[in-house]
Amino acid sequence: MNGNLNYIIRRLMYLVPVLLGVCFLVFVLFNITAGDPVLMLLGKHGSPEQAAALREQLGLNKSLFMQYLDVVRSAFTFDFGRSWSTKQEISSMMMQGAIPSLTLSLPAFVLSTFTSIFFAIVVAFYRGKGIDLFIRVACIAMMSISSLVYILVFQYLLAYKWGLFEISGYEMGFPNFLYYVMLPIIIWVILSLGPDIRFYRTLILDEIYQDYVRTAKAKGLSEKVILFKHVLRNAMIPIVTYTVVQLPFLLLGALLLESFFSIPGLGGMTITALNASDFPVLKAITILSAVAYIVFTLIQDIVYTLVDPRVKLQ
Amino acid sequence: MITTATKTMTHEKEILTENQFEKSKSLWGDAWDRLIKDKVALTSLIVVGMYSLIGILSGLGIIASDWAQEVGPSYAEPFQNWNYILGTDLFGRSVLTKVIHGTQVAMSVGLVSSLIAIPIGVALGAVAGYFGGVIDEIIVWFYTTVSSIPGIMLLMSIAFILGKGITTVYIALGLTSWVGLCRLIRGEVLKHKNREYVQAADAIGAGHTRKLVKHIIPNVTHIVIIFTSLQFQVAIKSEVILSYLGIGVSGQPSWGTMIDDAKLELARGVWWQLAGATFAMFFVVLAFNLLGDSLRDALDPKLKGKE
Repeated sequence: MNGNLNYIIRRLMYLVPVLLGVCFLVFVLFNITAGDPVLMLLGKHGSPEQAAALREQLGLNKSLFMQYLDVVRSAFTFDFGRSWSTKQEISSMMMQGAIPSLTLSLPAFVLSTFTSIFFAIVVAFYRGKGIDLFIRVACIAMMSISSLVYILVFQYLLAYKWGLFEISGYEMGFPNFLYYVMLPIIIWVILSLGPDIRFYRTLILDEIYQDYVRTAKAKGLSEKVILFKHVLRNAMIPIVTYTVVQLPFLLLGALLLESFFSIPGLGGMTITALNASDFPVLKAITILSAVAYIVFTLIQDIVYTLVDPRVKLQ
Repeated sequence: MITTATKTMTHEKEILTENQFEKSKSLWGDAWDRLIKDKVALTSLIVVGMYSLIGILSGLGIIASDWAQEVGPSYAEPFQNWNYILGTDLFGRSVLTKVIHGTQVAMSVGLVSSLIAIPIGVALGAVAGYFGGVIDEIIVWFYTTVSSIPGIMLLMSIAFILGKGITTVYIALGLTSWVGLCRLIRGEVLKHKNREYVQAADAIGAGHTRKLVKHIIPNVTHIVIIFTSLQFQVAIKSEVILSYLGIGVSGQPSWGTMIDDAKLELARGVWWQLAGATFAMFFVVLAFNLLGDSLRDALDPKLKGKE
């Protein structure tokens, strides 16, 4: 256990250089390679005095090193300043955006995970038979269509033509939001079925080829008991850890779905910021999602040791 | 004495050729045999070949060079007129010609982004795995950093900075897709560097560069081949997303822009641009997906005999 603790501390320490690296990338992308934001913000008619004042206000007259430190500071304090286009505090924009994002992504994620695992079990149970082949081919076929096509066609047919769902928009409050997120949720589930079933199938099959399964078979246990009592329990370890790493992306929501269905979440916000050249917002979202990713990968590793006593972290 | 010995040897040689001993197959020969025996893989390979041919012919200006030409009325329905069998777009341009030109764009996006990602991924991965130590730490830190940022954010940032256009699509996709390859190559080189054949090369005085480039890298190329097959389909699909975000190909038709156009067209009942581009994309992405799977089965010895 002591070794594990040491490992966790070392991993925590490793967060710092990675986070500094992320800040550096963000800094290079937005402070160095992107065009001069002052020109973009003022347009053609700004006077030199205005430009200088704006530069001062945005902290762009500082040396590059100080600008980099600003990026680093924002990553550790989560104080990202104000948006250039809406002038709001970015941290409060994020808070507001997180809720609509979660109302879409959380149910969609739960639903798609359970559906995929269900199909993966079916496929693993009937491996090598017709139904296995059929589902596998269907998965690859579904993955071969652009996600944008699903969104366009479903919105057109189900919402526009048949009027089953709201075309786009969002309302706060419990039952109201449901009407708006239902269609995006369906699309999310359909989009994730292909890759997820394939992934979970591999995980389950990896277990099926283990020695203990052969032993269980030799004991005369039925295929069903082996699958549910032995294989699935062990396959749960990689399945759970895989789901944990996906959690931070739920906060970010689905960029495409949110922007398409005008859901005022973080994903939609990102695309609006992109179109408005709103650098602080883009920087903030990039840094935050990286932080979330790093932290959750760490959690994944820790969960791994907790659920699987064979794994000793070194 | 000597002549008799030579005679016997030539004689033996003749017998050998007569018996036609089968030469033992190399990994590549073996993989190739498996691949063409596999009907799915062979079909996929043919599909990919056809798309490549269309892409090259279009790139050389032999077919579909007149995509900008007005051939009929605006939004003519498909299957009405042979001149525009798949219908026309807003400007009366043939959808079929646009789909063909889009093939060129899609295949080039896959090819160029692979050509950018492969050297970066292989070089960094091989160096990290082979030398280890501080170099390894730095490279691992670098790709951990890059992979911490969600791919789509990185893609958008790079595309945003470089501005619209096909070159942007090439570079953005190339620069965001080397990480997975790098990680795989590093792991594989790590396994190979202490193998006997590398020690043998070391013993006869091969330097680091020679051992790495001449001996180890040829043994990990199968990863690159599998990667390329999958990279093509990822790149083709990403081009559509970039078009939707307004940072994709401009000034020429692509499957992405055609699908994106359908945002406004579907409500007017115009579905043929969407359908044309989607179908064209479907078969080639499907082929690359299946080919990637088959290549993995054929080339990755770990999976040999499984299932």
